[in-house]
Amino acid sequence: MTTIIIVPPSLDDQSFEQIFDQLALIPPDEKVLVDARRTRWASPFGLTALLTVAQTRLERPALAIPENEDTASYWGRASFFRHAESLYDISGRVPRSRQASESSVLLEVTPVVHTQDVHTVVENIQQRARAILQEKLHLQSKVTMRFTMALSEICQNVIEHAGTGGWVAVQAYKWQQRLGGRSVVVIAVCDAGMGFRKSLESAHGSERDDRWGDRMALEETMMRGVSRFRDPGRGQGLAGVKRFIGNWQGKFSVRSGTARIAIVPEWDQDEVMREGLAPFPGAQVQITIPERMPDA
Amino acid sequence: MISHIDVSSVLRRSVCDLYSNLVTRPTGAAVRIGIEHHLDEIGDNALAVLDFSHVGLLDFSCADEIVAKLLMQYVSVDIPRREVYFVFYGMSESHLDAIEAVLERHSLALVTQLAGCDAQLIGTVDGDQRAAWEMICELGSACPADLANATGMPADKAARTLETLWRRRLVIRQESGYFPVRGATSGLNPGGLLADDRDTSGGTGVEAS
Repeated sequence: MTTIIIVPPSLDDQSFEQIFDQLALIPPDEKVLVDARRTRWASPFGLTALLTVAQTRLERPALAIPENEDTASYWGRASFFRHAESLYDISGRVPRSRQASESSVLLEVTPVVHTQDVHTVVENIQQRARAILQEKLHLQSKVTMRFTMALSEICQNVIEHAGTGGWVAVQAYKWQQRLGGRSVVVIAVCDAGMGFRKSLESAHGSERDDRWGDRMALEETMMRGVSRFRDPGRGQGLAGVKRFIGNWQGKFSVRSGTARIAIVPEWDQDEVMREGLAPFPGAQVQITIPERMPDA
Repeated sequence: MISHIDVSSVLRRSVCDLYSNLVTRPTGAAVRIGIEHHLDEIGDNALAVLDFSHVGLLDFSCADEIVAKLLMQYVSVDIPRREVYFVFYGMSESHLDAIEAVLERHSLALVTQLAGCDAQLIGTVDGDQRAAWEMICELGSACPADLANATGMPADKAARTLETLWRRRLVIRQESGYFPVRGATSGLNPGGLLADDRDTSGGTGVEAS
């Protein structure tokens, strides 16, 4: 039996909850068809999380790709199909792949499995992002460096804590309706690994008080810099990312297990903490950096 | 002896000749080990100028592995590894972001300097230590009595503060007094450490000056 998972028309970190909800009802060894035929738009979070969905299935899933040619073309430029083909049985016409130089994507969907992948991500983003970040988002070069530092630290978290590989993608947008038409750059890093709670339990044990769970694991890691490593130097990466995001009025959210925590800037209405979400392995991170206004 | 260590050369030699960014803990550990290897070759009483001029990005994890873990071996209150002093040269603003964060985390401090500029003390330093360090830089060298006279600090406190700064490897202790840690680029002889300069580079990104 194959269960159909409906992908919403607009796929981002919020609407992806619909997919997590559907998946939570299906045993991992049951065949699923992820139906994205009606999907018209996907954020970096949407694309990277779709790949992690396939990694959680014991039975190789199927994927029906977007019927809209522009959408499928964008997914192709974002290198989604290059990786999806090894994880899904794909139905629909996959657009021909283009050279990276033709792409408008800041950083295509890129696997993060080994340390050298972080170097690749950083080198690529430095080559490609400078003009976009500085000219479109009016980020000064020093801020571009801090942005890249944040990307590096988040990718390292996957390698050190997930216990499995993950995916990263970056895209710049102009938000026509939100933020008064300002540009933003969005980073998504998703994995289907052990998640924050199990990572901390692997070092500190699972015998904790009644409150222990995904929410507290996220709070300890994000707010108090706790790491599964006892080395006092650990935990600085996320702390540094948080500081940068706060200074730049950015948004930072992490979903792990059944909880989601967010650093919410003034321009956004998201909830700081959500609990009782549909369970999903690993951690799914999104960072949004808005364009700085000239008088800011 | 002063030894100049080009950190980007150590990165390319230790990890990959295509990389120009110091990112990830394993990379930081490999670079630190490369630096330690050079320090082992230059003797027990040395000043190492770690040159970051050609390093692109330095992230927090790498800064912790290279800077904090390197310093901690030489500033131990009990048994420091050897008497080696460091000047961090060519740091950009973004490098300093990462480095200041790890210094704060480990309660460390270091001396940074750019060509033609005065040396600067960054990290965790209390008011007395900073005042003493700045006075030493102004005077060029000082014994405890000199510092006490110049700052109005009681003599025993001046002596203790200088000793603390030396243990933290922020001033150089010689028989003739305490000298500021700073690179040869300032044109000043940091306490006679130039006396036994020799070339240990061999094309490895490390050179004595």
